[in-house]
Amino acid sequence: MAQISTPAPASVVGSFTREAFDAHLARVAHLPPWWLERQRAAYARFAATPMPPRTNEGWRFSNLSTLTLEGFNLPAPVRFDQLAHRELGVTGAGHLVFANNRLVASQPLDASTADAGIIFDTLQNALLKHGDLVKAHLLAQPSKLGSDKFAALHEAFLEDGAFIYVPKGVTATLPVGVFHYASGPGAAVFPHTLVIAEENSKVTVADFFRSDSQPSTLNPQLGERQFAVGGNDLYAGHGAQATYLAMQDWSRETLSFQFNATVARRDAKVLSLNLHAGARQARHESFSQLSAPGAHSEMLALTVAHGAQEFDQRTLQIHQAPNTSSNLLYKNALLDQAKTIFSGLIVVDPDAQKTDAYQSNRNLMLSDEAEANSLPGLEIQANDVRCTHGATSARIDREQEFYLESRGIRAAQAQELLVFGFFEEVLGRIEHQELHDRLTEIIREKFKT
Amino acid sequence: MSQLEIKDLHISIGDKPIVKGLNLTIKPGQVHAIMGPNGTGKSTLAKAIAGHPDYAITGGDVLLDGQSVLAMEPDERARAGLFLAFQYPSEIPGVSIANFLRAAVQARLAEGEELDATGYYKRLYAKMDLLKIDRKFTSRAVNDGFSGGEKKRCEILQMAMLEPKMALMDETDSGLDIDALRIVAEGVNSIRAAANPPGILLITHYQRLLDYIVPDHVHVMWDGRIVKSGDKSLALELEAKGYDWVKQELAPATA
Ligand SMILES: Nc1ncnc2c1ncn2[C@@H]1O[C@H](COP(=O)(O)OP(=O)(O)OP(=O)(O)O)[C@@H](O)[C@H]1O
Ligand SMILES: [Mg+2]
Repeated sequence: MAQISTPAPASVVGSFTREAFDAHLARVAHLPPWWLERQRAAYARFAATPMPPRTNEGWRFSNLSTLTLEGFNLPAPVRFDQLAHRELGVTGAGHLVFANNRLVASQPLDASTADAGIIFDTLQNALLKHGDLVKAHLLAQPSKLGSDKFAALHEAFLEDGAFIYVPKGVTATLPVGVFHYASGPGAAVFPHTLVIAEENSKVTVADFFRSDSQPSTLNPQLGERQFAVGGNDLYAGHGAQATYLAMQDWSRETLSFQFNATVARRDAKVLSLNLHAGARQARHESFSQLSAPGAHSEMLALTVAHGAQEFDQRTLQIHQAPNTSSNLLYKNALLDQAKTIFSGLIVVDPDAQKTDAYQSNRNLMLSDEAEANSLPGLEIQANDVRCTHGATSARIDREQEFYLESRGIRAAQAQELLVFGFFEEVLGRIEHQELHDRLTEIIREKFKT
Repeated sequence: MSQLEIKDLHISIGDKPIVKGLNLTIKPGQVHAIMGPNGTGKSTLAKAIAGHPDYAITGGDVLLDGQSVLAMEPDERARAGLFLAFQYPSEIPGVSIANFLRAAVQARLAEGEELDATGYYKRLYAKMDLLKIDRKFTSRAVNDGFSGGEKKRCEILQMAMLEPKMALMDETDSGLDIDALRIVAEGVNSIRAAANPPGILLITHYQRLLDYIVPDHVHVMWDGRIVKSGDKSLALELEAKGYDWVKQELAPATA
């Protein structure tokens, strides 16, 4: 009798072959050996790890059939003046613009900000000049939410990114902007932004992700098929206040992964807000650690899902110390046949008494064909805590819709207004006017296509 | 100047007929008041004319300036000049009055035409001052957490901004205190005093409002029909005698 055995899942590398990796290594050969060693190890992990299996709880509801590593390339350099969309729309304290993994434009910090000791530079320069800081914080948190393979891929192919360091007691009054472009068919990009806010410092950092693609001939609205695996590390020291905004607006054909890792130390206050607008399939994993008493983390996200887009959001709030608090609010607006997945977990360690944790996923359905999935979860090992979670999905309110229409507002515009109304609770949290306007504009664009 | 004609109108909710053959013509600039007991179909009439999707028109027609509005979407009807001041205005969290009204004004412009923001705010503030609405309200969410009276004033503010040809005002007076009633009435009267005053259908339970906004005609609605019409004195008579009086008058006819 023939023996039935299940073959081990194939470990796929797709376009990210050993040769591609060697080519990457050759380009970063000038970086410190410890870092190159980490990249080699990461590549080995990536190559040895199978694609996520159907049975993996961390991928429940996700469409795995469209997760492919085939058909991408490490793109050739482009110059800033070759990009079709060059308007940045934000005049922060300084900005860095990356395209196809390389720095293409920058505006250094103004003199006073630089005098205060704030460092705003490329990751490559930081690796060369501030190796210890980078070593301590760059990708220092484990991938815990199911994307080990893609996190390893990010670490292996990470070529450059942004480094922001705010020293003790310093306030960066203006936001710092980092722009990441992907340009050309099949372009694979690995953006990264590392933010270190030291004791009692204050900073706002905004990441913008955007495809610089001409609309494809097949479907003028969708743009080119690209691949993005981005990461962000945010470290907030004692009493620091760090605000991080990310605006994901890749082309509608892009496969996107984004990993956020936040560490909040004693009395630190972190606010992160992710806007998800682009990509065909976008997975976002957000991991927030409240590691010392008094730490507070706000995790906010807004998603406008339309067409056949799929947004897959996985979050983890870990309370490791007493008197810590976290507040997660993810709001999705779903149109057409779009699909969202929210899976969130609050973990309270045994000695994290007096934890106050909140988690909420709200879905506004603008179409009967859209699909919103919610998997909220709690894992509490302390006994004196307050943890609440909830998920709701509601059809857009017909009476509200009628009220707006009865004033002459067209149906599509009425829906847009109601979506903005639904988002206002989150949008209202952005104090910086220009960033607020940028976010609003990206959302508005989605109702035009 | 516009005219509204309601012809033998039948309206159902689900399978249930609510309005059962109603006829009414509002000539340009006229004010008609409709009074009638609770549940008689007054709001149904107003909302159906505005195009609410829950109400099925099973017979008859509604013409604005000779054009049937029944095939139009609610937003088209509004842009054609109809306005409904709701008995129970919806609360819309997160959408500010300023943005909401701006969208409504913008919707009336030709495609590609940009709203003149300065002029818009100037006009908005002037109307707010007239209606004694605090300018801070512009940044508040539409009707969200408004008191009953504030909601009604906000309806009139919208009417003043959108300058309809025909306004259906459904119990705009209920929930208003004495001062607010006067302010709202003054607001409506100033709209009436404009160059091209709208026709107004005023649904009310209280004769008091009609002291402020003097109607050209008063109608009594009963079980989905207009059963009695007269001038302002009809409202006074109703106030004195109650609806039982109308019922008794009707008895022989319906027996
Ligand atoms: N959406 C609805 N679904 C079911 N029944 C409804 C609906 N709207 C109204 N009705 C019913 O239709 C009838 C007429 O209601 P309508 O609101 O038009 O009365 P009205 O004359 O405005 O009363 P009031 O003076 O109390 O405002 C009532 O019996 C009411 O319960
Ligand atoms: Mg009513």
